[in-house]
Amino acid sequence: MSWYRASDWGWWTRRKLADLGHAARLMVRLVGMLGVSLRRWRLVVDQVHFLGNHSLAIIAVSGLFVGFVLGLQGYYTLQRYGSSSALGLLVALSLVRELGPVVSALLFAGRAGTSLTAEIGLMKAGEQLSAMDLMAVDPVQRILAPRFWAGVLAMPVLAAVFSAVGIMGAWVVGVVMIGVDAGSFWGQMQSGVDVWKDVGNGVLKSLVFGITVTFVALYQGHEAQPTPEGVSRATTQTVVVASLAVLGLDFVLTALMFSL
Amino acid sequence: MQRSKNDVWVGLFVMLGAAAVLFLALQSANLLSASFQSSYKVSAKFDNIGGLKKQAAVKSAGVVVGRVESIDFDDTAYQARVTMALESRYVFPKDSSLKILTSGLLGEQYIGIEAGSDEKNLAAGDTVQSTQSAVVLENLISKFLYDKAASGKDAESGKP
Repeated sequence: MSWYRASDWGWWTRRKLADLGHAARLMVRLVGMLGVSLRRWRLVVDQVHFLGNHSLAIIAVSGLFVGFVLGLQGYYTLQRYGSSSALGLLVALSLVRELGPVVSALLFAGRAGTSLTAEIGLMKAGEQLSAMDLMAVDPVQRILAPRFWAGVLAMPVLAAVFSAVGIMGAWVVGVVMIGVDAGSFWGQMQSGVDVWKDVGNGVLKSLVFGITVTFVALYQGHEAQPTPEGVSRATTQTVVVASLAVLGLDFVLTALMFSL
Repeated sequence: MQRSKNDVWVGLFVMLGAAAVLFLALQSANLLSASFQSSYKVSAKFDNIGGLKKQAAVKSAGVVVGRVESIDFDDTAYQARVTMALESRYVFPKDSSLKILTSGLLGEQYIGIEAGSDEKNLAAGDTVQSTQSAVVLENLISKFLYDKAASGKDAESGKP
């Protein structure tokens, strides 16, 4: 492609549009396979184990350290205004509303999304997907759909674990180490955090991120060039596209929830 | 065999997630005391509500007895109409008075109820008559400055 030729631009735009349409069609197919996946629950359970349980360690440890840092940084800022007792509220709101869903989605894209892309890309390179097609087994239904629904299921769980562990981390730093009053730490948090507005929106966000990240990973794997370079490029693309999509969607979702 | 082992771990994983959500809901958002208790609505008119917001606390003797349900403007009396939901287990005399107070110097504003002495109690739909507006800092400062200027002038004119 050369940038000075108008016909190349047209070709490029048309190809991107076709990609988008193809992705949308795959998305609709995957969503429509909820019933089928539920009927073959075992496949989904195995994938939840692979995507969720194996991501638990990195999510919990990251959550703990993010909580530590939030406790320290929040205290540093708040004590300038003499309101370090609001530390619990600050930490809980920033984790539940924002950091929990976003950071765990980014970690999920790196930890689970890449393995999904590589696995499916290699299956495609090894012509396993075409073999299934030949045996009249729909690879989208047998391979992609269980992974999709498992990812959608695992993501909110991981985000909730991240937030909960983060709050406990901030408690360790704020209350145990720095000496913020435990009563005001929890009390301010409880009076300031709303179950539906804050916790509910956080869960909703993580659900959307779960759909986004898992879908991007599956799509990249499914559309990868069936060569070693193709699979490696697809894996990189998964992290780049999924991270950007999560951050962009995060802004849109936050703006939407703000106006409600 | 492999399958059933996975099942246990996935079950644990989901349980952990449920526990985390429960922790967030109960420990950080305090779902239990977010009162599904029955309440009755009482309204009042204020000349100025300052920075009072929806969901602000209604306190009596420092104890939260209700929440501000809605705030709107009454364009016949040019006053703010505040509707509050008070918990049913607390009753107040009909002539109780409401005051908009601030917790701390720059804190949240809330409504304080001071109990009156009437024998009848407030019931749902009642309007509290005696209200005191929020203290607006700007008014306070300008009043102070005005008083200061006035007294300064008096002192000057008092001298021969």
